[in-house]
Amino acid sequence: MPAPTLPLDSASATSPESAAHAIEFQDVHLAFEENEVLRGISFHLPFGETKALFGVAGSGKSTILKLALGLFKPDSGRIMVLGNDVTQTPEKDLFVLRARIGMVFQESALFDSLTVRENVAYRLIEEHGFEDTTIEDRVREALRFVELEQAIDKFPSELSGGMRRRVAIARAIITQPEVILYDSPTGGLDPVTSNTIVELIMKQRDVYKTSSLLVTHRLQDAFTMATHQFDKQTNQTRTLPRGQYCDVPMSFLILRDGKVIFDGDVRELTHSKDEYIREYIS
Amino acid sequence: MELISPTEFAKQKVLAVQDYTWMTVHSVTNLFRKPIYFADIVQQADLIGVGSLPIVVLSGFFTGAVLAVQSANTLQRFGSITLIGQLVSLSMVRELGPVLTGLMVAGRNASGMASELGSMVVTEQIDAMRALGTDPMKKLVAPRVVSTVFMLFFLTVLSDFVGLAGGLVVSKLLLNLDARQYWSNAWQALVFQDVFMGLVKPVLFGFIIATVGCFYGMTARGGTQGVGRATTQAVVAASVMIVVVDLFVTQFLMNVLSFK
Repeated sequence: MPAPTLPLDSASATSPESAAHAIEFQDVHLAFEENEVLRGISFHLPFGETKALFGVAGSGKSTILKLALGLFKPDSGRIMVLGNDVTQTPEKDLFVLRARIGMVFQESALFDSLTVRENVAYRLIEEHGFEDTTIEDRVREALRFVELEQAIDKFPSELSGGMRRRVAIARAIITQPEVILYDSPTGGLDPVTSNTIVELIMKQRDVYKTSSLLVTHRLQDAFTMATHQFDKQTNQTRTLPRGQYCDVPMSFLILRDGKVIFDGDVRELTHSKDEYIREYIS
Repeated sequence: MELISPTEFAKQKVLAVQDYTWMTVHSVTNLFRKPIYFADIVQQADLIGVGSLPIVVLSGFFTGAVLAVQSANTLQRFGSITLIGQLVSLSMVRELGPVLTGLMVAGRNASGMASELGSMVVTEQIDAMRALGTDPMKKLVAPRVVSTVFMLFFLTVLSDFVGLAGGLVVSKLLLNLDARQYWSNAWQALVFQDVFMGLVKPVLFGFIIATVGCFYGMTARGGTQGVGRATTQAVVAASVMIVVVDLFVTQFLMNVLSFK
């Protein structure tokens, strides 16, 4: 399948030597009033890997992403992100850490009073120290990456759902963060647009080696990512031979009743004997 | 509406007061911590101050005018119609100017802040802002607090002035009083304590309007219905707080400034 052009220089993800994993959850519990959403969640995301999170609606997938960003605090447990314990870090210090993480929200969460240019440039403008021409160049680069350069002067309300999602991706990648969190990036989109977004996520994984958590309801998206690889030379995705599926840094995590019931690669998933998992992937 | 136990209700109220206090403290301390969003402060000052000019001018003018009409009847009975300038001046500067301007701005801007911030909360824009490394308390709340306090002060001064002008129009056109005598009485009646009291109140009211509006916006839950609810609650709470605080501040300042 053809892929968008690759305007950005290859930027290698920096992984702090002190951190063993990009993200690590250790026995995390969280309840909203009476409703216990997470009951002892433990998993880790190695550097450079993309982990797809599955589970029925309300199983706490999006909550895990917000916990990783420090937007929520767990009731108990520990969450390490890029070597920092976000459960113990005060909010003012989390802003520094968040500059190293990108997040694509479920409904895009673009600032509706700002244009696409201002939305994508938001982080650069906030960080100061960047010249206007540099900001403009990087915004255009990021928008070219998601094939939306022509929409630079539009407002979010003038864009379709898929375009908004792609702008959100551009906003998340503009600073080339070390970790990206995708919250249902293909939810509610048509198959063609979904495929484009899956390709962008694959490109981010295979070219920039970005670690990421991907919340999705679409199993086929994650299987596509596990069985395809983005080839920088041809600027296209290619299907991997059957024996090489485990060569791509892609894993799956399934939640049920607030607990992790599966954490492994595509081969382990397809060979799982668990009845619930077999039913889930069938 | 879901019924909750009295204990739960009390807990929720205490928690709301705690959250409001936390937010007000942070809105003040954020003024001394970088980054300071000057552009946002100016933008909000324009929206709050310049945008509120028509309603403040109109309400101030007609309040002064109706005050003159109402008091003329009483003063005439005692043969003191010439004191109308004094009465309008003291009433407007000490009480009606700050309170009415506060209520007008509360109705217009506390609702605006609650709905704007509430919409940002329910569409995850506030979360996105935090995720992008920006503190919404600094970026959204602090500029609104500074701008409202600053602009309400000047709006009150303007309201006092147009209120006096409204009284003058009534005195001249309806009561056939001498305009110079009206101004002279109105001016000479004011002492430092009156002006001080009239200028302290808008500072407090501005702080109440902005913090209450932002608080209800930032704590909005439940989609568009929740935003609507937050907007209504913000106006009601800000208005009630203004009139309640007005009583206590008036009494306090009267004691401190030794009013005779």
